Amino acid sequence: MKKGLKNKNIYKNINGYEIEDGFNRLDSKKKLEMLEKMYQIRHFENETEQFIIRGMIHGTCHLYTGEEATAVGAIFALDSKDYITSTHRGHGHCIAKGADLNIMMAELLGKSTGYCKGKGGSMHIADVSSGNLGANGIVGGSIGIATGAALTCKMKKNGKITVCFFGDGAANRGIFHSSINMASIWDLPVIYLCENNIYGMSTPVKEAFNIEKISDRKTAYGIDGLTIDGNNLVEVFNTVSHFAQRCRAGSGPVLIESLTYRWKGHSKSDAQVYRKKEEIKEWMEKDPIKVYGQILMEQGILSEDEDRNLERKAVSRIKKAADFARKSPFPDPSEVEDDVYA
Amino acid sequence: MIRELTYLEAIREAIQQKMREDENIYLIGEDIAEYGGAFGVTVGMLEEFGRERVRNTPISEAAIIGVAAGSAVTGMRPIAEIMFSDFITIAMDQIANQAAKIRYMFGGKASVPMVIRTAGGGGTGAAAQHSQSLEALVSHIPGLKVVMPSCPYDAKGLLISSIKDNNPVIFIEHKLLYKNKKCIQDVPHRMYEVPLGKGDIKREGSDISVAATSYMVQKSLEAAEKLSKEKGIECEIIDIRTLRPLDIDIILNSIKKTGRLLCVEEAPVFGGFMGEVSAQVSEKGFDWLDGPVTRVAGKNCPVPYSLVLEEEMIPSVQRIERGILNILNKT
Repeated sequence: MKKGLKNKNIYKNINGYEIEDGFNRLDSKKKLEMLEKMYQIRHFENETEQFIIRGMIHGTCHLYTGEEATAVGAIFALDSKDYITSTHRGHGHCIAKGADLNIMMAELLGKSTGYCKGKGGSMHIADVSSGNLGANGIVGGSIGIATGAALTCKMKKNGKITVCFFGDGAANRGIFHSSINMASIWDLPVIYLCENNIYGMSTPVKEAFNIEKISDRKTAYGIDGLTIDGNNLVEVFNTVSHFAQRCRAGSGPVLIESLTYRWKGHSKSDAQVYRKKEEIKEWMEKDPIKVYGQILMEQGILSEDEDRNLERKAVSRIKKAADFARKSPFPDPSEVEDDVYA
Repeated sequence: MIRELTYLEAIREAIQQKMREDENIYLIGEDIAEYGGAFGVTVGMLEEFGRERVRNTPISEAAIIGVAAGSAVTGMRPIAEIMFSDFITIAMDQIANQAAKIRYMFGGKASVPMVIRTAGGGGTGAAAQHSQSLEALVSHIPGLKVVMPSCPYDAKGLLISSIKDNNPVIFIEHKLLYKNKKCIQDVPHRMYEVPLGKGDIKREGSDISVAATSYMVQKSLEAAEKLSKEKGIECEIIDIRTLRPLDIDIILNSIKKTGRLLCVEEAPVFGGFMGEVSAQVSEKGFDWLDGPVTRVAGKNCPVPYSLVLEEEMIPSVQRIERGILNILNKT
């Protein structure tokens, strides 16, 4: 809680935590770009769902629908060269980090033009050259990787930081504990960003934790942390900007808990018997895209027409990606043992 | 310059020389700083390279390997120390699901240049959780390379190659070799490489081939000398050196000459690495064999504590001799 900030530059989060309002200083182009990214994620997932229904996706997929504000808000608060690690529900992070939508969609269909040449699929999309160290099929699997990337940043003094996305479920894995502890004792520049979407597969957070906030675990590691509204892009952006700056200055890791909700089932085979339709409806009313659109309209940056245009643009971009993916060739079976070793 | 070095000194020298050459190489592990590692391999490293490159960690094997892998993907070349090879199980997600698979999952667009050094093997009275030989476990996982040096010269050259390699390499050292006075060797001061994927004939012979790993190479050599003196049997001793990639040709070429193969390993025989060697030899070299490939290996139980039980579990020189004589139908 910084003191001495001029009132208009202060942003107060859902828990009363006051930080600088970095969002306020962005130009409208940047603000609209974020909305467009959210639409791209939403419609990428819609298209993916269609592919699943039509049986065109060989494996499983975990859709990010409803959580768009967290990925976009957090990643737009970073420099383009910063690192991220993602999760099994990783399409949103990937798109926000600037992944090529054609190449992503091709990977989901197992095509040779995909990010991983068809070897990874939805759960392993990565683009190391752009700082995206990959989705991860193991819950919590990337927490160690992110911590190691942050160690590289520190040892090479390259000014970069790492944002480690993981879900509420991962916060109960051992790697969460041992990695955050290590980052804390070494003051590593890493933001641990827990996307609490209320369910680890089917198990509700209240059954899996005996604490009110996952961010309360910060105390155990002697680091800073807080809980934020993960459906409010402005809140995510401001929080991550604030802590990114501190991380870069060498103040060590931080634990942010971003409260959000997945609209779709855990994976393609989820009948969702563990939650009520009313609950889903309630959260859909807090649609992060609507919330953010409203903010932009209030700021006079966005009209309803422009909003529709942005969405249409995203839809047509995703259709192109789907087309590209469909028309791409499958890998040659002879490539199966390639890329095991460097 | 050539001096006599122990296995431990040879390993230490490899690390020091590579670290002087490349500042992206750093050490990460438990008690590796002031203490110098549980077995003393990293003694002196802190003084020479400082705390930034000799990263003493809490007792957190999973984080050690996860952090090493994450830093490797982003441009560092970590050498992680897992105090006892038994503890790799604590880091197994990071080894098997992360480090080993990153390159393949990402379609060849990332590499994970890291070495995991660890002390394996029994014979120290440390019982079931500090004595295992888990090389079969890691050798089974595509994406990992697995190295087990049996002597100081190889230890230095293989470690230099492992550090230079752009893949995760599991480098399993044997506790009974570290300060073993019987295994002191001339080791050149210069940086030299022993290539990964190449076995080595440690003793030439024409009657029978014996393929072995790590400390079992030393025991097999002892058995071979005895049989040569006492019975005039000449064993060819093949040191496998790198389990993955495996140099099967060196074994096939040897059995062309001898027609017989005994495999010796310390791990429990069931599902052991030598099962793979035996299968490949029968697939590729059946015509040259005069009889079945047999194994002398650990008994199918955890490593026990009591000396008499431990000696029963782990292959002894006598057991290797008997194994050789059995194949040759001699007593």
